[in-house]
Amino acid sequence: MPRDTSIESVLVIGSGPIIIGQACEFDYSGTQACRVLQSEGIRVILINSNPATIMTDPEFADATYIEPITPEVIEKILERERPSAVLATLGGQTALNAAMALHERGSFEKFGTKLIGANIDAIKRGEDREIFKGIVAKIGGDSAKSIIAHSMKECLAAAKELNYPVVVRPSFTMGGLGSGIAYNEGDLQQIAGAGLRHSPTTEVLLEESIIGWKEYELEVMRDHKDNVVIVCSIENIDPMGVHTGDSITVAPAMTLTDYEYQKLRDLSIAIIREVGVATGGCNIQYAVNPADGRIIVIEMNPRVSRSSALASKATGFPIAKIATKLAIGYTLDEIENDITKSTPASFEPALDYVVVKVPRFAFEKFPEADDRLTTTMKSVGEAMAIGRSFPEALQKALRSVEKSGYSFSWKDGDLASLMKQMRVPTQSRLQQVQQALHLGASIDEVFNATKIDPWFLGQIVVINELAKELNAKGELTKELLRAAKQMGFSDEQISEIRGVSIAEIYALRQKFSLQPVYKTVDTCAGEFAAITPYYYSSYEEESEVLTRSKEAIIILGSGPNRIGQGIEFDYSCVHASFALRAAGFETVMINCNPETVSTDYDTSDRLYFEPLTLEDVLEVINAEIAAGPVLGVITQLGGQTPLGLARGLKEAGVNILGTSPDAIDLAEERGAFAKILMDSNLKAPEFGMANSFEEAVVIADRIGYPVLVRPSYVLGGRGMEIVYDADTLQGFITAATAITPNHPVLIDKFLDDAIEIDVDALVDGEEVFLAGVMEHIEEAGIHSGDSACVLPSISLNKDQLQEIKSATTKIAKAIDVRGLINIQFAVTLANNTLYVIEANPRASRTVPFVAKSTGVALAKAAALICAGQKIKDLRTTGLLPASGDGKANGVSVKEAVLPWNRFRRVDGSGIDSVLGPEMKSTGEVMGISSNFGMAFAKSQSAAFGPLPKNGSVFISLSERDKESAWRSARGLAELKFKIYATQGTHEFLKSKNIDSELVRKNSDPQNSQLSANEIITQGLVQLVINTPLGRGSKQDGWMIRSAAVSRGVPCITTIAGFRAAVSAISALQNSDFEIKSLQEWMRI
Amino acid sequence: MLDQKNAFLVLDDGRIFEGYAWAKDGETFGEAVFTTGMTGYQETLTDPSYHKQIVIMTAPHIGNTGVNPEDYESEKIWVSGFVVRNPSPAPSNWRSNASLEQTLIDANVVGIAGVDTRALTRHIRDRGAMRVGIFSNTTLTREEMVVRVRKSAQMEGSFLAADVSTKKSYIVKPPDGIKTILRVAAIDLGIKGATPKYLAKLGVEVHVMPMNSTFEEIQQIKPDGVFLSNGPGDPATMTDVISLVRTVLNAGIPLFGICFGHQILGRALGFDTYKLPFGHRGINQPVIDLTTGKVEITSHNHGFAVAAPKESTFNTVYGSGHVTHISLNDSVVEGIAMSDTPAFSVQYHPESAAGPHDSTYLFQRFVDLMLEPRLPFKEDLVK
Repeated sequence: MPRDTSIESVLVIGSGPIIIGQACEFDYSGTQACRVLQSEGIRVILINSNPATIMTDPEFADATYIEPITPEVIEKILERERPSAVLATLGGQTALNAAMALHERGSFEKFGTKLIGANIDAIKRGEDREIFKGIVAKIGGDSAKSIIAHSMKECLAAAKELNYPVVVRPSFTMGGLGSGIAYNEGDLQQIAGAGLRHSPTTEVLLEESIIGWKEYELEVMRDHKDNVVIVCSIENIDPMGVHTGDSITVAPAMTLTDYEYQKLRDLSIAIIREVGVATGGCNIQYAVNPADGRIIVIEMNPRVSRSSALASKATGFPIAKIATKLAIGYTLDEIENDITKSTPASFEPALDYVVVKVPRFAFEKFPEADDRLTTTMKSVGEAMAIGRSFPEALQKALRSVEKSGYSFSWKDGDLASLMKQMRVPTQSRLQQVQQALHLGASIDEVFNATKIDPWFLGQIVVINELAKELNAKGELTKELLRAAKQMGFSDEQISEIRGVSIAEIYALRQKFSLQPVYKTVDTCAGEFAAITPYYYSSYEEESEVLTRSKEAIIILGSGPNRIGQGIEFDYSCVHASFALRAAGFETVMINCNPETVSTDYDTSDRLYFEPLTLEDVLEVINAEIAAGPVLGVITQLGGQTPLGLARGLKEAGVNILGTSPDAIDLAEERGAFAKILMDSNLKAPEFGMANSFEEAVVIADRIGYPVLVRPSYVLGGRGMEIVYDADTLQGFITAATAITPNHPVLIDKFLDDAIEIDVDALVDGEEVFLAGVMEHIEEAGIHSGDSACVLPSISLNKDQLQEIKSATTKIAKAIDVRGLINIQFAVTLANNTLYVIEANPRASRTVPFVAKSTGVALAKAAALICAGQKIKDLRTTGLLPASGDGKANGVSVKEAVLPWNRFRRVDGSGIDSVLGPEMKSTGEVMGISSNFGMAFAKSQSAAFGPLPKNGSVFISLSERDKESAWRSARGLAELKFKIYATQGTHEFLKSKNIDSELVRKNSDPQNSQLSANEIITQGLVQLVINTPLGRGSKQDGWMIRSAAVSRGVPCITTIAGFRAAVSAISALQNSDFEIKSLQEWMRI
Repeated sequence: MLDQKNAFLVLDDGRIFEGYAWAKDGETFGEAVFTTGMTGYQETLTDPSYHKQIVIMTAPHIGNTGVNPEDYESEKIWVSGFVVRNPSPAPSNWRSNASLEQTLIDANVVGIAGVDTRALTRHIRDRGAMRVGIFSNTTLTREEMVVRVRKSAQMEGSFLAADVSTKKSYIVKPPDGIKTILRVAAIDLGIKGATPKYLAKLGVEVHVMPMNSTFEEIQQIKPDGVFLSNGPGDPATMTDVISLVRTVLNAGIPLFGICFGHQILGRALGFDTYKLPFGHRGINQPVIDLTTGKVEITSHNHGFAVAAPKESTFNTVYGSGHVTHISLNDSVVEGIAMSDTPAFSVQYHPESAAGPHDSTYLFQRFVDLMLEPRLPFKEDLVK
């Protein structure tokens, strides 16, 4: 049956900002959904608050609402657009929860629309643990023994019955938020307490522990004719106890016989039928007892998930795309397999390779956080690699993560302590395991300590044995080198083992003609010819790279998501590919992040799923040069990862398109850059470079505290800190120099009373196009990635804007930029002076935001400039405005989203939610309106939940901030807010004639007054304003902030944020929350 | 790693792949076929249909779960050679009691590992199934190896079922607690263990009989139905069984054939069988049941197919019939059913092993047919 023609328009609900547990995999799935619907001639309406997504590009929908994903806003959209159907299964838990809320409100009936993809009953059956357990029992499956609890009392009683340890799982949360393993009553109090709060239904499930069992996931699809296929099986190397998002996983399953696998398959089919997912995908998780094979069904997600993105990339079967087609009425047998173009989608992919996914963590950003891996997901990104063997895929995946210490090494060490460490899962466990096996531990011993399946351990032993052969004194023969490459050893690893240079190993490979071949991900293990060039490397006999006659441009992606380098860079790479394809080039993408749109085989003409290391990238370039003409490589769009490769590529003779590596160095080497500024008559904060602590003290004394210290060549403010005295400086130098030993430490004068400005511009060597001048809302000192910002700027006057344009032009010309440049400026409030903070001759994090607010496809333009076009050409073709610079439509506010609720200290208490110069946010949202107040209100609503329109506020200001903040407090009082304050703030407000109710500090002795903490935890306030003194601030401030975080009360920690919030609340009180699509904004 | 001995995989058309000796050392010949199943190597190895074939596993890791006593599909390993990319150094599974390599050595199966199995698979896909030889520890030159391969037997025209068929009848009874309601004569052309087990679970007493059983011998057990199993070789060579099937059809005894049995039914009805370019071997094959419109994911192992008309019903001396199943990958006929005679067959493996269980309903169809033989598939036709 063809598609349901009664569906004329569909509202797609996106997943909002990137957070831990819900990342850009939903941009990948949502983008596919939009594309499918558009290609069917269906009007697409989209809501997503995340401007960094591809899906929110105006061309992917007919009406794109960058608005907070709340039931109220969605209802407004339903009212305006009257879509025939709503698709909520491709936007993660956020979209599914929104759909549930809409259902409860009766919105679907009210606006005459319906949910497609999954119905409400199926969602409930899949997500409600009690109902799901009943379903599992009905189909003859087994669940872990468990008890549902709605209060702490019920939790304690349940744990007595189940015996400790018990697993705590809150209902209706994503990424395992709020779940954990309780070994005793104390643990339970803490974990279940948080779980009850996080669950929208105040419900947690306690279950018997199956820690250490083998863990599997199956991706299942079903159509309305009840055809069911299993797309992929995924096996977790980390057994039960570590969240699957934090586990190293492998596809297909490696350690099941057919008999056991078919049992999982039968259960999956029975479950999807019984739950009633009528059309679309779901993911079902299982635990298998390694001793006897007993199978326990853990859970199912009745929607497209992170694992389905991984499974799509692992198999070439695009789950989201097919789920969308099924939702609009097609059946699996009516849909073509994209890869073969000759067989249908109603089949189960066969893999003739191994896929390994390794998570990437960011504990270094949250030093106080507990880094043990549990059932709450903590990783911020992931890398995937494909190989013709598990060792090859594993080693490629480990180097794809781009983190030092991840690739295996073979050193001496203390076996006893390794054996002890590996008992507790952390991000280093696999390396501990490998090292222990290398030092003589037996597979049995390691299995007993970790429960990692002996098959995987055996494969690691094989890798270790090869390393041992490499280490043996003898000659490095062709056979040995080939064996090493087949096991995924990099030239770097081999050179370390052999004690020779990387160049020597590379030369030896040339001598032996040992180059990788590229195989195709074809869904069918070679049974049918594949049309789609989706490649991975392997050291085998036969390469499948097709020759080509069109000129190619190679685009380097940005690798695994991390804090400071996320979806925004993938956005730019994808745009480059689209623009260059349209311009007649063949585009070749290299990337290793399975969550992204860039690794969709539909995005570029060719996709190489490869690690972004110099060796791996060079080999792809060699293969592509052999295949046909290559114009060059674009390295400026994928963030620091490809930029860091530019120099090496150039030295290897590769043509770097756009800004040259020499020019990049001019911007990144402080000395060279300072000279440019001096020559151009531009001011920079005073600074110095120190190679030792002694030098640092001298410099700091000269320029005066506070100073900003950081290692050079970093992204996301890694290791950056504001230092107020020599003592803290010493501590920092010790920590920072360990990060990049080859680069000195930079010490800048910290401008603590200034507005920070971010500029994105396009440069072609002749002209500069100022795309956007953004003003940070938080003051200087907060990392730009964590700071909210507004476009257009609200404080700068015409002259200042002119000065910024002129400074941008001077810098861009002096560096000789071709493509994008991002410059950070600061304007001091005291004397109105413009300072240049830094310049990055590459795509910045704000490119998508600027593109959305100005309607200019910035990254596309940058790619075309790299390929040789001029700004004036792009003005003619309409890609850039006919004249002038970028101009914002309305007022757009970008707000950062922070992962505070994901991390706990080892004692279970919350980590401090204070912003600083080191970036900590995982994602961003955008609010757009005709005025700043409403735009800010929207951004807050999208990022943290709505700001209160009225109610009570708790205010606690640091001494330093009181003078600059009292007007904001008065503003809140005028908006009829009741103010609670602690002694100092209370007295100060009184002196300004502002009423407030006194509460005691938590550290004050108990009396009849409520404490600050109590008014927050008891829900008496709807907003918390707490400005800290600096990092490591007083216990009181931390307690207030973490109470707010765990209660989910908006908590503002900066004066500028306070000011903005007051104007937002005023806007909320005085005007309607109006919505407008991006397309409407662009028409103005 | 480096103490591995060289081995060669030599194809009929002269292409040679290098690998290293694995399992038994020596020399072996057969038809090169690849299977894409990612699980179930033990079932594959012990499936009699692979007799005289050298099986290439496209899944890159083989032997991970070792070998266990329960997953044998017959008494022995039938493949004449085994080609893998990465053999497992040690098995890991709670049911495993032996390593795969040792089991192959004990069964005298010559293997080769470390081969670019994907290149090999693509070669066969493009050039068709062909003869192949594995040579390990050899002193032969490349030319000598190719000559030997070209002297080995061809699959087309091969009569192999006799090698694999049971020499003596045996009975598989329904398990405890299940009442015997029917009796079936299963002609063993290379039957797998899973097949009688499935029938038995439905209350069928299965008499597995040698392929040279006569109609009289079959009648002696008073069967409610006759089952034709899978098996190796060219169906065109199976003249005796084909004439036996014609007698069964004339007698109106319900008949169900699978795989090789399906090809034999096809020939008995007067259709041709032909060799597919490289066959269907895997456990992910989509087949549509034309009578219900539903897709099943099925287990395949066949190199030949029946040339029956798909567009309309067909007429034979045994009455009219129609194609019930086709492959969604390449439209090959995957099932036929007669309208006036109680007979039907499928080209694939409803007993799976290895593979998905989507098609086990076919055994129930056979049971229903035996219970109601006078009305074979009339309703389906109306649909």
